[in-house]
Amino acid sequence: MSAIFWFVLASTVVALIAMAIGIMAPAKAMGNAICTALESLARQPEAEKSLTRTLFIGLAMIESLAIYCLVIVLIVLFRNPLLEYLLK
Amino acid sequence: MLDGTQALFHLGPLNVGTTVVTTWGIMIVLCIAAWLVTRRLRLDPGPFQIALEGIVQTIHAAVGDVLPRRVDTVFPFVATLWLFIGTANLSSLIPGVHSPTADLSATTALAMLVFFSVHWFGIRIQGLRAYLRHYISPSPILLPFHIIGEITRTLALAVRLFGNMMSLEMAALLVLLVAGLFAPIPLLMLHIVEALVQAYIFGMLALIYIAGAIQSLEARLSPKEEET
Repeated sequence: MSAIFWFVLASTVVALIAMAIGIMAPAKAMGNAICTALESLARQPEAEKSLTRTLFIGLAMIESLAIYCLVIVLIVLFRNPLLEYLLK
Repeated sequence: MLDGTQALFHLGPLNVGTTVVTTWGIMIVLCIAAWLVTRRLRLDPGPFQIALEGIVQTIHAAVGDVLPRRVDTVFPFVATLWLFIGTANLSSLIPGVHSPTADLSATTALAMLVFFSVHWFGIRIQGLRAYLRHYISPSPILLPFHIIGEITRTLALAVRLFGNMMSLEMAALLVLLVAGLFAPIPLLMLHIVEALVQAYIFGMLALIYIAGAIQSLEARLSPKEEET
């Protein structure tokens, strides 16, 4: 088993695990945010406009965490900067 | 990988990639469309004029909700961001066109625009001293956190738009490779929704950052007004 084999194996497994964990937490957070927003919307329907705006922005903030995860995983998979130490 | 940085042609020492070409194409299309529709404005409007008026009024109302007193100062910038990013996000639905917002350089440029315009509007409306004072309020200890916040939110703007658009394109491509010709159509429908939502979020965050920069003065002038 060469070093490159272990490198490929490790980066694939780590990428999958990172995506799984990195999406689980933002999904929970987004669920919480939407749940609370719906509750307050049911209680105060007249506040819909500012609620929707704030909800969207909050969701964008939470979503960007998952996006960071995706970007890091893509870097690990396609442009890993540590690979050149192996190939040298 | 999907890449907008490969050189199509060279302009002196500069490599001109697909991102630059598509961006200029979108700008030209938007300008020509706006010029054609506003060439003959009438009191009894045709369908195109009604559509354009609807878009402008919706954006104007959305800006007015956040910044009721300064709508006309901020409106041109935010509306331009919204229209350009919306068109750019949707442009990758055209076969063969690569969306410029799926390139990190383009989204970084847009985020830098937002970064500088926040200071520009803040200084222009508040004055330099009052604007700089909000960095050391409520206490000078918070200065590094303010600066870190400025940098990370600009980075977050750029990476969020880039990550969303690139991952959408890549997802459609992967489904196409795995499943066949017509399978990515539901994903492309999701693409339309996501493209518009991302454009909305980018413009809205820019608007809120600008509002934050000119907020303290607003709050002093009109304490009863609701601020978000």
